[in-house]
Amino acid sequence: MSFDLRAAAVGLILSMLAGVPLPAEAKSFRFAVSGDANTMDPHSQNAGQVTLVLRQIYEPLILRGKKLEKIPGLATSWQQEGSTRWRFQLRRGVKFHDGSDFNADDVVFSIKRALAPTSNYGIYVDTVADAVKIDDYTVDIVTKIPDPILPDKLTAVFMMDKEWSEKNNATKPQNTREREEMFTVRNTNGTGSYKLTLREPDVRTVLARSDSWWGWQDKGFNDGNVTEIVFRPVSADATRIAALLSGEVDFVLDPPLQDLARLRQSQRVLEGPEVRTIFFAFDVQRPELLYANVKGKNPFADLRVRQAMYHAIDIEAIKTRVMRGQSIPTGTFFPPEVNGYSKDEDVRLAFNPDRAKQLMTEAGYGSGFDVTLDCPNNRYINDEQICQAVVAMWARIGINARLNSMPLATFFPKIQKADTSLYLMGWGVPTYDALYSFQSLLQSRDGQPGNGIWNYGGYALPEMDRLVGIMKNELDDAKRTQAIHQALRLYREDVPHIPLHHQMIPWAMRQNVNVIHMANNQLEVKWVRID
Amino acid sequence: MIAFVVSRLLQSIVVMLTVAFIAFALFTFVGDPILIMLGQDYTQAQYDALKEALGLDKPFHVQFYKFIGNALQGQFGISYRLARPVNQLILERLPATLELTAMAAMLALLVGLPMGVYTGLRRDAWLSRIFLVVSLIGVSLPTFLIGILLILTFAVQLGILPSFGRGDVVKLGNWSTGFLTLSGIKALVLPAVTLSLFQLTLIMRLVRSEMLEVLRTDYIKFARARGLSNRAVNFGHALKNTLVPVITITGLQIGGLIAFAIVTETVFQWPGMGLLFIQSVNNADVPVMAAYLLLVGFFFVVINLIVDLLYYVVDPRLRVDRSVAGH
Repeated sequence: MSFDLRAAAVGLILSMLAGVPLPAEAKSFRFAVSGDANTMDPHSQNAGQVTLVLRQIYEPLILRGKKLEKIPGLATSWQQEGSTRWRFQLRRGVKFHDGSDFNADDVVFSIKRALAPTSNYGIYVDTVADAVKIDDYTVDIVTKIPDPILPDKLTAVFMMDKEWSEKNNATKPQNTREREEMFTVRNTNGTGSYKLTLREPDVRTVLARSDSWWGWQDKGFNDGNVTEIVFRPVSADATRIAALLSGEVDFVLDPPLQDLARLRQSQRVLEGPEVRTIFFAFDVQRPELLYANVKGKNPFADLRVRQAMYHAIDIEAIKTRVMRGQSIPTGTFFPPEVNGYSKDEDVRLAFNPDRAKQLMTEAGYGSGFDVTLDCPNNRYINDEQICQAVVAMWARIGINARLNSMPLATFFPKIQKADTSLYLMGWGVPTYDALYSFQSLLQSRDGQPGNGIWNYGGYALPEMDRLVGIMKNELDDAKRTQAIHQALRLYREDVPHIPLHHQMIPWAMRQNVNVIHMANNQLEVKWVRID
Repeated sequence: MIAFVVSRLLQSIVVMLTVAFIAFALFTFVGDPILIMLGQDYTQAQYDALKEALGLDKPFHVQFYKFIGNALQGQFGISYRLARPVNQLILERLPATLELTAMAAMLALLVGLPMGVYTGLRRDAWLSRIFLVVSLIGVSLPTFLIGILLILTFAVQLGILPSFGRGDVVKLGNWSTGFLTLSGIKALVLPAVTLSLFQLTLIMRLVRSEMLEVLRTDYIKFARARGLSNRAVNFGHALKNTLVPVITITGLQIGGLIAFAIVTETVFQWPGMGLLFIQSVNNADVPVMAAYLLLVGFFFVVINLIVDLLYYVVDPRLRVDRSVAGH
């Protein structure tokens, strides 16, 4: 006992001499979100509330910095070796929370695990053909086609320990056949700055600072002083805010918009844009709409009708009334944080009801028509209210839109079957590259993985497909950017969607909490300071 | 007696099967759990494989038959949302709900009964009027609003009680209890008050009207004429006779309390079965929803059965009628 004490004292003095900042005192950071992370498995559910917890525990090869730029994580450097091969140099001396070493075998294992059929992270490794170990600290990733944005995608793929996963029979992300719980659902073993100490689903998840994390020694990484994270899901909006006001939690990731004014008086509210854009999409493919009273033709196939509906929208009214100022109106479908954005192409069709009526008459719909608008009511910020407001605006140009709003659990299955004529959607860009948006939303559905998988209106334009092809394969940055800008111009002219706005995300916290606001709506606790 | 019990049990089985069937049929409309599990990007092959693995490709009656077979063995499959066995999830949440419900029922009885007696005896006292006004609020305000008002007052303004959660719990075998820690008891106060308020006012009004009724009867007048003390008349004779309907109603309301707990648990983030159910609805987590509905149905059936049997024991007329009908 006395020996232990002496050793501790010596360690303390030594570390003080070495100038390593010791955590002065235990700082507990209690944060509340509306929904819990449903699993602790790093490759099974690709949802914000899951990665919000997991990113404190697990790390990818490449991290995102404070401005979402790519910075070295478990890989210290990466470069292209030929058009379909990327080489990654791994960080040395990194240990998992159970003490085992991180090396190339773990990377190969993790990439393959993310490629498994039951993985939810397939979009991030869709081009990967193989991961090859060169030596203990060098890994090559071979792609099926040239993939200029592979490093961006890999910022979302967490690294696991091969031996630990094998020992615990967790080499696949989900096991739907065995009626048993996978070990990784409630247990973790990452390399990150915090390690899991308690997991009670839907009640609390407690993480403790991992003192052996490599990043604590690194400038720019070591600004945080949190020693313990208590993550608590609180689903009722009013209760979550009450918990913040009464000091039971330090931070709320998703405060409701109507409470912001009151919160600002006593708490700190940080606002910033989110990488998520809200828009309307049409069924432009069917010869006759499923849910409209126009027979024998599809009004949405007519560009003039799409333009008319665009002109009819008073975006400022939506911003001030519906969104209470918490939105950034846009004329395109991803925000400036995404690679390929062009300010010149971010121009809306003006709010002009007269022009809209004129276009409707020219298109032969002077007396208007009826159509059903499908709208989620618990997915995006004030989604249902946006739809209600726009229904009123379209009524003024003769379009009688019947609002069919539903919870996301019914909304998404419905539109994923393309069982819709007109719908509201929001789109985030986890890769921070325009390709993801164009490929998923606007490329024609040709059965190739990833192509048009969220293009439920059946939009198909050969010129758009050609430009998306360039985005996929072109390794020359300038040429690629030019193709993106051309495609954005096409988006403006052909109106495949009616874009509305980028969402703003407010975060609320106590006055003594300092955080870095991130546009991906993910909090990095390693940067959190509590005064 | 045995014939009565057997017929009751048979009825209960029919009720349970009906509940199971309706619940199971409803779930084909709540959304497609496979799409929710697969997320944004999947191929048709992945979709079909998962559908087959979950047994959702089978015809409805085969799925239902399998579901009933498993349910009889206490197996409800794996939660789609949390990837854990459903019976384990429910067992984890059951103590929270039962403790909350028991506390609320106790509170309703221990407070509602004296209030009812008082308002029955002193109809015109100003305190009685206050009780009646308060009880009117209790029946007319929705539970979630009462919960939020209590949170605002006691958690935000006064800062003496927690606004959500269950505090620290102690594990006694498989049972997690909040009664053994200070934070657990503090956390129980607001949800229990919220949940009990409706039952409390119900019991109070019931006791009051029964008391008023009984106090008018002849035997009370005779008791007074005999010169018995007020205390003996009011509590020994009057109250005793009001208790039979009160006990019945309270028993039946326990089932209602469990059902009402969904709202209270959501407002206070109380980690019980109601909260689990709501979150499962949002995620189309069919196995959990089915198990929950069956369990609540089971509670109702059991409580009704017990109440029926109690009637049989308490009310001699039932027995007489039966034997007469038998001849």
